[in-house]
Amino acid sequence: MAETTALDGVKVVELCNLAAGPYCTKLMADLGAEVIKVEKPGVGDEARSRGPFLNDIPHPERSALFLYLNTNKMGITLNIDTKKGKALFKELIGGVDILVEDKPPGMLADLGLGYEVLSELNPSLVMTSITPFGQTGPYKDYKAYPLNSFHSGAEGFITPTGDPFPDRPPLKVARFAGEYEVGIHSMLATLAALYYQRATGLGQQVDVSKQEALIDINTYELLAYPYVGWFPNRATVLNPLGGIMPAKDGYGHLAMYEEVQWDNLAKLMGNPEWTKDELFTNPDVRRQRSDEVNEHLAEWTRAHTKYEIYHEGQKAGVATGAYQTPEEIMDSEQLKSRGFFAELDHPEVGRITYPTAPYRFSKTPWHGRRAAPLLGEHNEEIYHKRLGYSKEGLARLRGLGVV
Amino acid sequence: MGPLSGVRVLEFGMAVAGPHACKLLAFMGAEVIKVESITHLDMLRRAGVDAEKGAKILALRPGEPLPPGVMLDTFVSNTTQLNKLGIALDLTRPEAVELAKRLAARSDVVVENFRAKVMEEYGLDYPVLREINPNLIMLSTSLAGKTGPEREYLGYMEIFGALGGPGHLTGYPDGPPTWIRFSMDTMSAVSAASAIVTALIHKQRTGEGQYIDYSSCEGAVCLIGDALLDYAMNRRDQSRQGNLDDYMAPHNCYCCQGDDKWVSIVIGTDEEWNAFCDAIGNPEWTTDERFSDAYSRWQNQQQMDKLIQEWTMNYTHYEVMDILQKAGVAAVPSFNSPEIWGDPHLDARGLTVIVDHVTLGAQPVSAPPWKLSRTPAEITAAGPTLGQHNEYVFGELLGLSQEEISSLVNKGVIR
Repeated sequence: MAETTALDGVKVVELCNLAAGPYCTKLMADLGAEVIKVEKPGVGDEARSRGPFLNDIPHPERSALFLYLNTNKMGITLNIDTKKGKALFKELIGGVDILVEDKPPGMLADLGLGYEVLSELNPSLVMTSITPFGQTGPYKDYKAYPLNSFHSGAEGFITPTGDPFPDRPPLKVARFAGEYEVGIHSMLATLAALYYQRATGLGQQVDVSKQEALIDINTYELLAYPYVGWFPNRATVLNPLGGIMPAKDGYGHLAMYEEVQWDNLAKLMGNPEWTKDELFTNPDVRRQRSDEVNEHLAEWTRAHTKYEIYHEGQKAGVATGAYQTPEEIMDSEQLKSRGFFAELDHPEVGRITYPTAPYRFSKTPWHGRRAAPLLGEHNEEIYHKRLGYSKEGLARLRGLGVV
Repeated sequence: MGPLSGVRVLEFGMAVAGPHACKLLAFMGAEVIKVESITHLDMLRRAGVDAEKGAKILALRPGEPLPPGVMLDTFVSNTTQLNKLGIALDLTRPEAVELAKRLAARSDVVVENFRAKVMEEYGLDYPVLREINPNLIMLSTSLAGKTGPEREYLGYMEIFGALGGPGHLTGYPDGPPTWIRFSMDTMSAVSAASAIVTALIHKQRTGEGQYIDYSSCEGAVCLIGDALLDYAMNRRDQSRQGNLDDYMAPHNCYCCQGDDKWVSIVIGTDEEWNAFCDAIGNPEWTTDERFSDAYSRWQNQQQMDKLIQEWTMNYTHYEVMDILQKAGVAAVPSFNSPEIWGDPHLDARGLTVIVDHVTLGAQPVSAPPWKLSRTPAEITAAGPTLGQHNEYVFGELLGLSQEEISSLVNKGVIR
């Protein structure tokens, strides 16, 4: 394809599992970087063993999670615990710009594949390490699954917002959202280091703590405490007025932060009597008696569908929304008209629809070159064609369990 | 010196989505100039916290003057504007627009997240700026993007989460969807910043700038991409599942000693399960058939979670973390803000940075979230007061004389 991609010529090796690391390199691969995903022979990335699977039948090539997180990558297998595996890994690293890894701190160094060694081989290497608590500090060796990492970033404590059951536990946000957020943060830092590398030839180490990435994501929630000694919990609502509202067919959202939005809301509702009262017109009274205001608002929202609330509200100049389900998102006219979805072919799941990315680049668009790699799909391409191993040599490596 | 030093960014930002993106670039060493005006203030200059009911924004109608004596610096505006230079330009005045254009001509990147059509009305939209600076990178960030039937819709963070799907997929299975807040704004800011750095790398190689149309709703959709693929493959429309996982159990938060204290515990293997049982003293229930293998534990997790909680209730969440982590089991408190600011690990990592703000004094903020070994990201300055850097930007950068600047101030162009 002749289409220009922004990260054309950028070479990346990924040694990651599950969500945060793979999402980081997926974002780069989708923008044109060549990403070689290194997986353990036989088993592969943990995401392959987690569903949801096509027709709910477990299969390492049919996991929605894996397929989403690994678009546009090449995939090879390599056992870096073996001597030959280490040597091959070093050969690979010698020719790339970026390594993204998510092993426990010190593990690669113990294998003789730490930053010291790799940067000696390749001084322009940017090596990004993504771990639950970072490479240093008292918790660095603590174990954390995605749920633990999410709660370490303090957003769980305030989720769900305005909780009607305060005795129930704090929650994570949707599925692997926290891991994806960490992945985006890691991509940003890695590319900034690459920008510097392109200018100077010098690589460096990038230490990303999932906890700290999530703290940045939540910094505006967290900083109230040092200032006023107050902190949000699950009963807190950011704005006691409006918010999530029951609709005829689900839930809508009303957000009024400006007076003009209240004026517009009154018009939208047909200027009922109560909107002429100080309960509606006086911002201080409104805030003090927010429960009453919300009851009135709910009366109106219950009489409308969530999409009426969304579209009619927006057209009237109120910041309204609708809580959309995955099916409704896949059917969204707005998203379809913007070319947000792409279809990719995959030998095991066929041609299905994927979400692309939230940015439209005028010159270097998102680029769907291929679906996620099969386990070891590019072994021949990388070991034989790229690193020059003969087909027999490759067969021997397979026999020894290296590849 | 950060990795992006030498890059200049001109920000026409409001609230979080645009400003947080620019702040992250400033952490990396970019010079960010934020354009504001007393007539078009960043709304966070009006935002504060009310100890009872959370965030509070001073309500105003368009064109309504600020009440006298109102403070134009808040901890939130300081936090979004760290490391930036602040200038005051009333963009409703043609002379001000000319000055903004001169700055755009000397910038690598322009970022804007004003309401739909505002940049066009000012005459500062991409087609205009591209004429002045053909290799400019410009990013607009908005609720739904700049094309499509919803291109003029207005949205805040909670709307991103609602439309994008995380709202629907967050919550208790028997409860309503969730109103997700700042994380949706900051997430889209991080993502927008990554798009800008991507475009900078393209420009570095080819010399070519471009326009980037960022949609925060789509940013939120990308966070649930695997659920969309489930729909694409299986026509399953997923819903809320609390903290639970499709495979692993225990996988939840458990109540601990104290007021609203919780710890997250996840067990992914039989080895971890055995270590967990040992660590909690092998109570009899752990040998129950209902919990004898991973499948049974997942099936019977509701009963199991109650039994686990009977144990966690005897300890603080920090104690549970210590006991279980020593045994090799993943347990981490569900931290709240006081705990974040006082945690020994985060202290050792240097989370808290104190900046000296011109009007607010010493202000704690959170450090940049990545550690770069050669070109560290740093916080070098507090957020500017309105127009704090007029002298430097108009004088040194654009070469205006003292008299010219004073005259523009007198005419209300700089204000």
